[in-house]
Amino acid sequence: MSQIENTNEPLIGQVPDSRGHFGIYGGKFVAETLMVPLQELQDAYDQYLTDPGFIAELDADLQNYVGRPSPLYLAEGWTRHLGGAQIYLKREDLNHTGAHKVNNTIGQALLAKRLGKTRIIAETGAGQHGVATATVAARLGLKCVIYMGAVDIARQAINVYRMKLLGAEVVSVESGSKTLKDALNEAMRDWVTNIDDTFYIIGTVAGPHPYPAMVRDFQAIIGREARQQIQQQAGRLPDALIACVGGGSNAIGLFYPFLDDRNVAVYGVEAAGDGLDSGRHAAPLCAGRPGVLHGNRTYLMEDDDGQIIETHSVSAGLDYPGVGPEHAWLKDVGRVEYVAINDDEALQAFHDLTRIEGILPALESSHALAYATKLAPAMDKDQIIIVNLSGRGDKDIHTVAALEGIEV
Amino acid sequence: MSRIKNCFDKLKTGNHKALIPYVTAGDPDPAITVPLMHAMVNAGADIIELGVPFSDPMADGPVIQRAAERALKHRVSLRDVLTMVAEFRQQDSHTPVVLMGYLNPVEVMGYTVFAEAAAQAGVDGVLTVDLPPEEADTLVAALRSQQLDPVFLLAPTSNDERIKLICEAASGYVYYVAVKGVTGAGNLDVQAVADKLEQIRKHTDLPVGVGFGIKDAKSAAAVAAVADAVVVGSALVQKVEQAAGQHDRISTEITGLLTQMRVGMDA
Repeated sequence: MSQIENTNEPLIGQVPDSRGHFGIYGGKFVAETLMVPLQELQDAYDQYLTDPGFIAELDADLQNYVGRPSPLYLAEGWTRHLGGAQIYLKREDLNHTGAHKVNNTIGQALLAKRLGKTRIIAETGAGQHGVATATVAARLGLKCVIYMGAVDIARQAINVYRMKLLGAEVVSVESGSKTLKDALNEAMRDWVTNIDDTFYIIGTVAGPHPYPAMVRDFQAIIGREARQQIQQQAGRLPDALIACVGGGSNAIGLFYPFLDDRNVAVYGVEAAGDGLDSGRHAAPLCAGRPGVLHGNRTYLMEDDDGQIIETHSVSAGLDYPGVGPEHAWLKDVGRVEYVAINDDEALQAFHDLTRIEGILPALESSHALAYATKLAPAMDKDQIIIVNLSGRGDKDIHTVAALEGIEV
Repeated sequence: MSRIKNCFDKLKTGNHKALIPYVTAGDPDPAITVPLMHAMVNAGADIIELGVPFSDPMADGPVIQRAAERALKHRVSLRDVLTMVAEFRQQDSHTPVVLMGYLNPVEVMGYTVFAEAAAQAGVDGVLTVDLPPEEADTLVAALRSQQLDPVFLLAPTSNDERIKLICEAASGYVYYVAVKGVTGAGNLDVQAVADKLEQIRKHTDLPVGVGFGIKDAKSAAAVAAVADAVVVGSALVQKVEQAAGQHDRISTEITGLLTQMRVGMDA
């Protein structure tokens, strides 16, 4: 299992190979119609990522429109509360639109513009990626259609309205489990039908090559900033990193620039829902097995017949039966440890951070925070943990209130 | 010789084109599938494409999505589909059967186990829509070792390079998806299809089937004039849905449409 971890070979830049493989994971598992458009996307991506004009435009947008760099904040109150390692929060919740998702949509929208596409589509779970996509589409004057499962539309009403205010059409997906995976299916169907004028902005590090690598590269700014900021503030690298993993884009964004710092322990936190033993969860890395879905080979939640099973998490953004192929690879090579946090633990962390630090975290990010409450007390006071606070929790207020029987 | 090659050779001698109906196995319930396969053969089907239900049919439109959902309510698995083919083979030893579906059920069963079981059941070809030839080496080898034909899709977006790659990986026939879109998409442009088939035939002698957008005798006849095979799926599956579980009605409606298509194609 840990063949790479046991050597000191560099991990950054090792994957994917030219065909999009992360070890046995990743690849391009799509119907023939999409193969040429995916190649065109890859060619454009390869060209522009080394194009000084493109990079300058991207950097300027990230600074002036998104508000980067996002702060790295030492949560002193919460650190005292837990009584162990010092906890720093990477404040992706302070980005424009309130989550890390915009780092990627800014980049992909600039590519869409370069490719002359006039229509943008995207899938969304919690609505954060949908909002981030609708936002950049509005700014660039592109038509925008967002696919969202009917179940998610019901539990994320605020984000649905935000997308509509931004001029996007929000299509309710009624097939399958009516959540993120079905929204992704429907977006793929739209793309294959409208490939001539449409750019599909995938929101996570999954899907067919080149999406997992491209989204990682756009999100890696999180880890690059954090690596520099912690050295400025604490004079050294952290001892541990923690991020939640649904598809895994905020996690890979934080982890990637630290992968070759072998003294930094890395934890990816999946959603255990009602508990891993209950079967009602969304933790393919902890409790699934490899298979092929949504254009890539990766760990999946599936039954013995190879059918994808319905997932459960209090957090819409983690309610997904697959995970980015790079995470599958990082699990197998032993560089990242994947753990799971259940709904109750995440909700507790949501309340604690709100009351102690005055920061309302997204339910997705609350899973990462909850794992910090387990890890920090067992560590020394001079040790350092960075938690990716991937999004803000305003969108989740109705969900939390409903769970507590309160009408807002 | 494979049943598929044999079938196309025979049709060629008689100057006929192949009629290939698609139905989802187990839709709307498992009991109808084998009798329906026989009924389709009697109505003029030359090859049967049998859909393996999958929970996330990314390349299918709403009609075939709902068919998969109906079949999955009965928990119809890949193994169940193979059992249906074996039962069909007890009475029909000549009509080729091609399984059409997504990779994951095959992946979970294991390529070698699947290929052996499929050959044992009497399957002739396998089309996994989300498996392009770039990722298919291992499965193609497993299929070939059991004399099964790997069938691949070609699309309007396929360029010469890809057509060559796909035709080299395929045997039996290749399936040209005539419309950019999902199954059940409309508006087939026969002239555009004819132009693309000319491009494809520069790279292969394999028979070329055409599907997507074929709904009635007229469109079947128009496509048969330029292609080697006509594939009809959503138009049939829609009949299954409309018959709301009544087996007799499903069978009558489907054989009725296929008979009209056969007549149109042979005219």
